[in-house]
Amino acid sequence: MSKVFKGRPVVAGKISKGEAIVSHNGVNTLATFQKTALLHDIPLIGKDYVIGSDQNNPDVFGKNLTGKVLCLPQTIGSTTGGMVLYTVSALKISPSAMLFSQPIDSLAAAGVILADVWTDNSIVAVDSLGDEFLAYVKDGMKIDVAEDGTVTVE
Amino acid sequence: MNENFNYKMKLTDDEKAILHGSKGETMAKVMKTLVLYGDAFNAERFVPVTGKGHLVTSFGISVLKPVFSIMDELIKAGLKVDESFTVDPRPIDYANVKCNPLQKIVFNKVLYGMQDSYEVQLKKLGIKDNNAFTCASYFDEVGNTPKKGDILSWAESSAVVFANSVLGARCNRNSGIIELFGSILGKVPEFDLLTDEGRKAKWIIEVKTEKKPEAQVLGSAIGMKVMEDVPYVKGLDKFIGTELTDDAKAYLKDFGAATASNGAVGLYHIENLTPEAKELGEDLIVEGAKTYVIDDAELERVYKSYPVMWKDKNAAPKLCFIGCPHLSYAQLGEWCERFEKELKAQGKSKVGIRTIMTTAPDVLERFKKENKSAYDKILSFGIKITSICPLMYMNNPLCGGDTSNVITCSNKLRTYTTARYFTNDDITRIAVKGGI
Repeated sequence: MSKVFKGRPVVAGKISKGEAIVSHNGVNTLATFQKTALLHDIPLIGKDYVIGSDQNNPDVFGKNLTGKVLCLPQTIGSTTGGMVLYTVSALKISPSAMLFSQPIDSLAAAGVILADVWTDNSIVAVDSLGDEFLAYVKDGMKIDVAEDGTVTVE
Repeated sequence: MNENFNYKMKLTDDEKAILHGSKGETMAKVMKTLVLYGDAFNAERFVPVTGKGHLVTSFGISVLKPVFSIMDELIKAGLKVDESFTVDPRPIDYANVKCNPLQKIVFNKVLYGMQDSYEVQLKKLGIKDNNAFTCASYFDEVGNTPKKGDILSWAESSAVVFANSVLGARCNRNSGIIELFGSILGKVPEFDLLTDEGRKAKWIIEVKTEKKPEAQVLGSAIGMKVMEDVPYVKGLDKFIGTELTDDAKAYLKDFGAATASNGAVGLYHIENLTPEAKELGEDLIVEGAKTYVIDDAELERVYKSYPVMWKDKNAAPKLCFIGCPHLSYAQLGEWCERFEKELKAQGKSKVGIRTIMTTAPDVLERFKKENKSAYDKILSFGIKITSICPLMYMNNPLCGGDTSNVITCSNKLRTYTTARYFTNDDITRIAVKGGI
């Protein structure tokens, strides 16, 4: 049985059977992505995927976020956040989509918009999906996203 | 160019022309980015930027090549910021923050190998001068202090929250790159903290502590509770006064940085103290605002909740960072007195572990000139003073990994690194003693 949620597309796009990673607290973008991003270019150490490195967020800490559908309330933390999202998008190691239960915050909006305008690897972004969405969706669930912001969780 | 691009913002004819390429393809992309950014928040129009810019990106780190590519594109298109701008601190200073050869290889060859070329880009785009590198650009000594009501295009969470709350300027929590685009265009979309409605408080914070709360812990507690909302703080003026003295401003700098990094606060109001709270009082609070009561027990709970990320949690600390955000002129003097007192109490003449204080280059120059005795004393205690960003320094896994055992009194540094947090009093005792 699937459940449908309707949000607002900030960066419209389609996702088919994306794998959910769910953070119930705000995702601190710099703290989450910085370790992988910083080490990305280091031979033998750098990885082509992002492992969440925010010690304060057990929902994403230690998990592979690349290509996943990141479900979250909003992002928090440093104002490098949008630039970090743009960078991981340009490096093609970003989540494939970010689904926000609340209205998108200014840092996440900057990141997905910069990725959309300045790279060929957009991060699909839908916001205002509601608290019920975040209460329902669980890690590993399969998610479809339509261009009009309709999110179907299987 | 951008002919088929649908947007909701109401643009002037000049703005439409820029979007359609009147100032070139790159400027059209800059404009498209800012229009989409405005649309995401239902901004109706652009408003002129009236203060100088401040950028968050200060480090020539190789992984940010995509960012440097945008900068190159801007420079090639002949774009630059009309007014000079400041930028966050540099990542390294080998003269005052010594590194071994292996650490230097990682810094120079892997992490910040593009620092020199990035600084050339910043010069071409209009950076203030060689002393422009600080997260606290609003210090009087630096020359980028906004006036009340100024519209800003800044990033750096600690600077944005200070400018909004303490100076009464208006700035959203812009991301890196977006803040540069706003400074180049000279306009920003009007939404959220740029509007009267967006500056209203959705939280009432009641401070009911017996003693003056530690700024960094109070800010952390509030940030984690209210996240991106605006808090209206009652009961703090009892401890820090009703005038924005140097001491009050220093307290609010550290408090605000913790609200912004442990949450996403871009503006706070302190009853009877900050400009808008003095003017408008409780009219700033929205109907139905939630309340969070903070007493000493709550602060203790928050302080004890911070995870220790060291491999050996009982290890002795090896390095102590004080000054994230950068210390003010008055704070440098206070730390001198604090260490002098603690050294005397422990019967020592020098600190027991490597200790580094960070401040803005212009503040350090003033401190050396106008309070030379304190400057000399700090050095005589075995403490170094620099203008780097400790967070950028700790990005080197050989300098900031889980075996580096760094301690700090910055809740921001704790949040983004493996540094272990201690209050100002605790860290002074530990740094002098050389152990926890």
